[in-house]
Amino acid sequence: MNKALLGLILGGVLGIFDGLTAWFTPAVRAQMLQIVIGSTVKGLIAGVLIGYFARKVKSLPLGIVFGLAIGLLLAYAVAAMPDPSGHHYYWEIMLPGGIVGTIIGYATQRFGQPAQTTAR
Amino acid sequence: MSRWLSDSAVERLREAADSPDLAGTRYRLIDKLGQGGMGGVFRVEDTALERQVALKVISVGDRESDWPARLLQEARVIAKLEHPGIVPVHDTGVLADGRPFYTMKLVQGKRLDEHVATIPGLSDRLRIFLRICDAVAFAHAHGVLHRDLKPGNVMVGPFGEVLVMDWGLSKLVGASRGAAAGPSGKNEAPVTEVVEQGTAHGSVLGTPGYMAPEQTRGEPSVDQRADIYSLGAVLQFLLADALSQPIPRALAAIRRQAMAADSADRYSSVQELANDVAHFLDGLPVSAYPEGPLARAWRWIVRNRAWILLLLAYMVTRALLIFFRPR
Repeated sequence: MNKALLGLILGGVLGIFDGLTAWFTPAVRAQMLQIVIGSTVKGLIAGVLIGYFARKVKSLPLGIVFGLAIGLLLAYAVAAMPDPSGHHYYWEIMLPGGIVGTIIGYATQRFGQPAQTTAR
Repeated sequence: MSRWLSDSAVERLREAADSPDLAGTRYRLIDKLGQGGMGGVFRVEDTALERQVALKVISVGDRESDWPARLLQEARVIAKLEHPGIVPVHDTGVLADGRPFYTMKLVQGKRLDEHVATIPGLSDRLRIFLRICDAVAFAHAHGVLHRDLKPGNVMVGPFGEVLVMDWGLSKLVGASRGAAAGPSGKNEAPVTEVVEQGTAHGSVLGTPGYMAPEQTRGEPSVDQRADIYSLGAVLQFLLADALSQPIPRALAAIRRQAMAADSADRYSSVQELANDVAHFLDGLPVSAYPEGPLARAWRWIVRNRAWILLLLAYMVTRALLIFFRPR
C-alpha cells in the first residue's frame, strides 16, 4: 500500500472516530451526522496530504511535525465555523485534530510503500 | 647469540630477516602491519596497479614446516569466499627465498577489540555482530569453518564495513572440502593443537576463551557449532565491554545458547543465531528465551510504545476536554 493511500484510509478511519466523540458534548449531539461527515472529510484530506508528504520526504521527525501542522490547520478551518448558537469549539476540535495529524504523520513515515524511483 | 646482543637487537635482526625480499615481484615493501597467526602482514605497493595492498608471508623460521602449504590453503579458501564481509585475495606468489605469499585488500580500519570502545550503543554493537554472522554463515555455506573467530580477527572500516580476517586456521568440511583441498591435493588435516599467544613462532592456533570446548579438546568432530561458540564469545565481548546498561535477559539467553558447553545444545547454524539477534533488535521473541505472558506483554508495549503514547495522548486529551468543558 502506498503512503498516500495509507494516509487516506487512516485519516478517514480516525476522522470517523474523532467525529463520533462529539457525542460526549451534549450541546452538539443534534448535529452528529454533519460533525462525523465533516470530521471524516477533514481526516481524508489530512491523510492524503500527509501521505503525499511522506512519499516525498523520508524523515520521521519532519513527518510528525508536518502531520501536526496539517492536523491543526484543517482543524482550525473547521473550528472557525461556529455552531448555530455562534459558539466556537477551538480547543475541542484543534487539540484532537492535531494529535490525529501526528498519528497519521507517524504512521505514513513508518509504514507504506515509498515512491517508486526509475533508473534511467 | 643473546649472550652478545641485547634482546631488542635480536628482535630487530629477526624482524629484518622476516621482512620479505620482494625483488622479482611487482610489489614494493612499505612497512609491517602486524603479525598474524602464521606469519607477518606487510603493507606493500602494487607497482603495476599503483595501489597499496596487504601482503602476508610466513616467517623465515617456518619455511620447512607445513606453514607454506597452510598459507596457500588460506589464500585459496579466502579466494573461494567472495563476500563483502571477507577480505578479498588479489594474488599469490613465491618470494626469492622460497616463501609463499599472498596479497589481499589493504583494510583501513581498526580491529574490533580496539574499535569497540567507540561504539556506545547496544544496537550498533549488535548490528556489527550480525555483519560478522553474515560472513561466517556465508563461509559455512561454502563448507569453510573459521575456527579462530575473536574480536582481534574482525576489522571495522572507517565507513562501517566489517571484515572477518585471518582464515589461517580455517578448515574445509562437507562437499566443498575436496574442491578446495590443499596444495598437495590432499585435504587439510584438522588442526587440533592449542598454542597460546606469544609462542616462539608468534602463531595462534586458537584463542583460549573463544574456542569451543570440543575444539580445545582436539576432538575430530569439530563442526560449524565450534564457530557458533566463538561467535557467542564475541557477542559476550561486545556485551561486556563498556556497556553501562544491564544485559537484557533475552540477549543473555542467546549468548548462553551459543556458548553451551555441549555442542548439541547450541544453535545448529549461524543463521539461527543471527535470526535470534535480529529478532531481539526488532523487539520480537527469540527462540533462546521462552517468555511468559507478562514478559510478552511488556515486549509488545515496548515495541509499540510510539503508537500507545499517541493513542493515549489522544484519549487523555479527549477525556480532559469532556470533563473540563464549560457548562
